[in-house]
Formats: sequence, C-alpha cells, structure tokens
Amino acid sequence: MSAPQSDRLDDRIDAAWIWDRIARAVIFIGGISAIVFVVAIFVFVAKEGLAFIFEKLDLGFFFTSPEWRPAQEPKPEFGGLALIAGTASVTGLAMLIAVPFSLGVAIYIGEFATGKVRETLKILVELLAAIPSVVWGFIGLTILNPLIIDVFDVPVGLTVLNAGIILGLMAAPIMTTIAEDALKAVPDTYREAAEAMGATRWQVIRQVVLPSASKGLVAAILLGVGRGFGETMAVLMASGHSINIPTSPFDSARALTATIAAELGDTAKGSDHYKALFSLGILLFLVTFVINLLADVLVRKGASDRS
Amino acid sequence: MVSTASRIKLSVKDLSIRYGSTVALEGASFDVRDNEIFGIIGPANSGKTSFIRAINRMDEMTPGMEVRGDIEFNGKSVTDWRNLYALRSRIGVVFPLPVGLPMSIYENVAFAAKLRGVKGKADLDEVVERCLTRAALWDEVKDRLDSLGSLLSGGQQQRLTIARALSQEPELLLLDEFSIAVDPVTTMRIEEVLKELKQEMTIVLVTNLTQQAQRLADRTAFFLEGKVVEVGDTRALFKGQTKDPRTTHYIEGRFG
Ligand SMILES: Nc1ncnc2c1ncn2[C@@H]1O[C@H](COP(=O)(O)OP(=O)(O)OP(=O)(O)O)[C@@H](O)[C@H]1O
Ligand SMILES: [Mg+2]
Repeated sequence: MSAPQSDRLDDRIDAAWIWDRIARAVIFIGGISAIVFVVAIFVFVAKEGLAFIFEKLDLGFFFTSPEWRPAQEPKPEFGGLALIAGTASVTGLAMLIAVPFSLGVAIYIGEFATGKVRETLKILVELLAAIPSVVWGFIGLTILNPLIIDVFDVPVGLTVLNAGIILGLMAAPIMTTIAEDALKAVPDTYREAAEAMGATRWQVIRQVVLPSASKGLVAAILLGVGRGFGETMAVLMASGHSINIPTSPFDSARALTATIAAELGDTAKGSDHYKALFSLGILLFLVTFVINLLADVLVRKGASDRS
Repeated sequence: MVSTASRIKLSVKDLSIRYGSTVALEGASFDVRDNEIFGIIGPANSGKTSFIRAINRMDEMTPGMEVRGDIEFNGKSVTDWRNLYALRSRIGVVFPLPVGLPMSIYENVAFAAKLRGVKGKADLDEVVERCLTRAALWDEVKDRLDSLGSLLSGGQQQRLTIARALSQEPELLLLDEFSIAVDPVTTMRIEEVLKELKQEMTIVLVTNLTQQAQRLADRTAFFLEGKVVEVGDTRALFKGQTKDPRTTHYIEGRFG
C-alpha cells in the first residue's frame, strides 16, 4: 500500500471530525434550551396560578358556574363554565368549517391540480396564512357582523357563529399547508402501483393516499384545534365577549384567552383576580397538553393497528 | 379475421416514446401473441421500461412522457379505451422496485379483487391464499397476514407485488426486471410459476438477465438505444441464428 493512502486511512482527528463535534454541541444546546424555555414558562404560570387554584379557588364552582365576576366586591366569583363553553363552542364551530375546507383544498392541490393552478393556489393559501389575527377580527367586526344581522335577521352579529367562521378561515390555511405536506410525503410509487392495478383516482386517494398520510392529517387538524384554543384577538373582536353559555350559534360568547387578554391589564399583580387569570392559563395549558397526548395515542394506535 | 385477432394479444405499431427531447423508443413494431412469454432484453436505457409503461397508459401520470404510434390490446388501440381503469385492471404490472402498499399483506392482495367487486370474506381469503402461494410467499407470511406490507423485506415485497398483480386475474402480465430484488432460489420458484401461468395469460418479461429470457421466453425482442433490433424465436436467437450481429454480441455478453 502506498504512503498517501495509508495516511488517509489513519485514525486521525481531522477537521471533519471536529466540525461534527461542534455541530452536535450547538444542536444539543439549541434543543436543550427549547426544553428549558418551555419548562420555565410552565413554572412561571404555575407559580402564579397553582397556589391560588388549591387554596382559594372552588374547583366545583369553577367548572359548574357561569358566574365570572372576578372584580366583584366584597366577594368575587370565579365561575369558568361560560368561558370554557365559549372557547369550546367557537373552536368546535371553527373546526366544523376548517376541517372539510382545508382537507378538501389540500387534496385538490396535492392530488388533482397541476402546473400554474397548483402554484397559484399554494401561494394564495400561504398569503391567507399570513393575514394577522387583528385583521381577521376586523373582518368579523365590520363585514361578518352586519352580514349575519342581515342574513339571519338577528339583533347582534358578534356571536359564536361570527367568531367560529373567522377562526375557521384563520385556521384553514395553515391546516391546508400541513395536510398538503402530509399528502406530498406519500411516495408517488404508491399512487402509481395502485393506479396501475386499475384503481380510479378517487379510489387511490381514499384507500392508499389518505390512510398513509393519516398521521400528518391528524396533526394538521390538531394544529387547527390548538390554534382555535389559543387564538385571542380575533375571537375577542368577533365573539361579542359577553359572559354567557351559548345555546345557539347566534349567542354571544367569551373565550378563555380573550378573558385573559382583556382583563390582565386591569389587575394588580398578585391580586386574586390576577391569579385567577393565571389559573385560566393553566387550564388552557392542560387542555392543549391533553389534546396533544390524545393525538399521540391516536396516531400510535393507528400505526399499531396496521402493523 | 377473428381467429388471427385472438391469437395476437398486443400489436405494437410504429411506437415512439419521448421525454421532451430524449427519445426512449423509436419506430417499434412487433406483435405479442396470446399465451406466450415474450422476453425483452437489452442494455440500460434501451427503452424497455418506457415500453411497459406505455402499454397501460402510465404515460398519463408521467410528466413529459409522450407516446406516438399505437399499441393494440386485443385488437383495440389502448388509447381508444374510454374506461382507462377497466383497461388497467386487465393488465398486471410488476415494477423493478417492489412497492408494498401501506396496508396489510392481506389488503395488498385483496385490493384488486375488492376493486372488481369481490366482497365475501371467503372469496377474498381464497384469492389471497392462491395468489400468495403462486408468488411463493404464502408459507412465509400466512401467520402474519395482518402486518404491514411495506414492512416486508425487499424480496418479500417483490413477491407481494407479484401476488398483487396476479390477484387482478390479468390477461396480460408485465414483469419489469422482477428478480432484481429477489434471491436466486426464489427467482427459480417464481420462474416455474410463470411457466404455468402461461396457460392462463400472456406474459411480457423484461429482463436484464439474458439467461432468464433464455429459460422462459418463447420469443424474445432485443432493444438497443431506443430501437427494436430484432424479434425472434428465443431458442433460435440463443443458437446464434440472428438477423443482426449486435443481438449475438449482446447475448454472448460481448457488449460495451
Ligand atoms: N420519467 C422520465 N423522464 C425523463 N426521461 C426518462 C424517464 N423515464 C425514462 N427516461 C429516459 O428514457 C430512456 C429510456 O429509459 P427506460 O427506463 O425505458 O430504459 P430501460 O431500458 O428500462 O433501462 P434499464 O434497463 O436501466 O431499466 C432513458 O434515456 C431515460 O433517461
Ligand atoms: Mg427499466
């Protein structure tokens, strides 16, 4: 063997090895700091709210009473049911609109549209996703509000329906993008193999593409649900923001997030009201956590059912 | 007229295939007869796969692929079929790289049967067992039919693909280098099955192994750089009775 060749094969610490170590360290620090931030945020929220939840808050009352009067003297009332119902109904309606809409558009873009139409649609969807939420709230306030009053002949247009539509339209673009990514990740060889057997496009989509993209599609939907729970500004503007358990889409409602946003500025740091708002934050945190956990279980179950 | 039409499965007439400015096949004309194994040999890039893809109109899902000329299937041009899906369901295709669909082994093989409307569990069971047995895979998977088809080994997935193609009960079976991912022993077993299948269907066998064509094909076509150099009786070709010396060169392995 010649000398230069044995040099190359030598067990040496070279530049590539050093760069690999550096890259690993940087990535590790990045990953760890993400975890640290999340934990820190959780600790902060918990510190402000947890003691209050266990010592002062009557949990039975919180989950059963719609009476949210945190500033009432001498005895404030902390009933969360109306706020929970508000968030749930607005998000639920939003998903009713956004899920079929976004999946439909994603399937069209991913499986049927070609060339210019496809590119244009994708750009359009991305543009929609970039509209700030205050603009959506403004649309709810100035366009949808009078429209609902006119069309349904109701006295107020700032309702669950309004906020649900706005939130649905807001969540749909990002859901579409994620869903389309999931469809794109399905190898073309699957489509080709199934089509070669004489399956129609729809059969291929229904029986091959959607099942193998199901993980990503579930993720897209959950992302939408998360968006719904977390969205504040647009819901604050479009829902009417009145404390009330909605019994129809034409009732006004108030969301958990909107309550925090609207009231936190008026509270004294450390007061019961301030802490009560943090317990709402903890609730939001928990719900999001449960949704993600549920998604994880569903996705895993789906995978093991098929293997 | 009727009798000759029934004896010819595929009639290729002045077929040219292009991808943009790349010519994959030019001026191909030959017939594939009923119930024969028709071998296609030729070096890389000679247009073999492109030909296979044109038969069941896969060009329609391949951007840039352009087919001119004509392929008649049972005497009718494939482009005249209005129901493309019905055409494709009569033609089984096995691709060079195995594609286990992301569903269970059972579902993979039952897929085509379900598409054509077979419903009963017993009927589907029968199709699945028969096709997997023919593809020499039954014994290996009969205890785990519910596991994911895409998790099988490469060679097993290839046999799954063959079982799936057979489950279509095709009139025409197109095999594109099916043995690329299959071990020699299993290849031999499948070759035995192909010889039997010839009673029921016509088989077009694209292969990089000239020996495989020699073992199986009744007639063989030699493709070279997008041209069909010649089509002849396999035994004659391998005895050196060729019209073009390049065929002999290729068969004898004296090529570039
Ligand atoms: N999808 C495609 N897009 C563009 N060009 C293609 C495509 N498929 C094949 N070609 C070109 O067509 C020519 C013939 O390819 P083809 O796959 O038919 O050859 P082949 O005989 O099957 O080769 P191999 O033995 O390597 O499989 C090649 O030049 C190839 O680059
Ligand atoms: Mg090929």
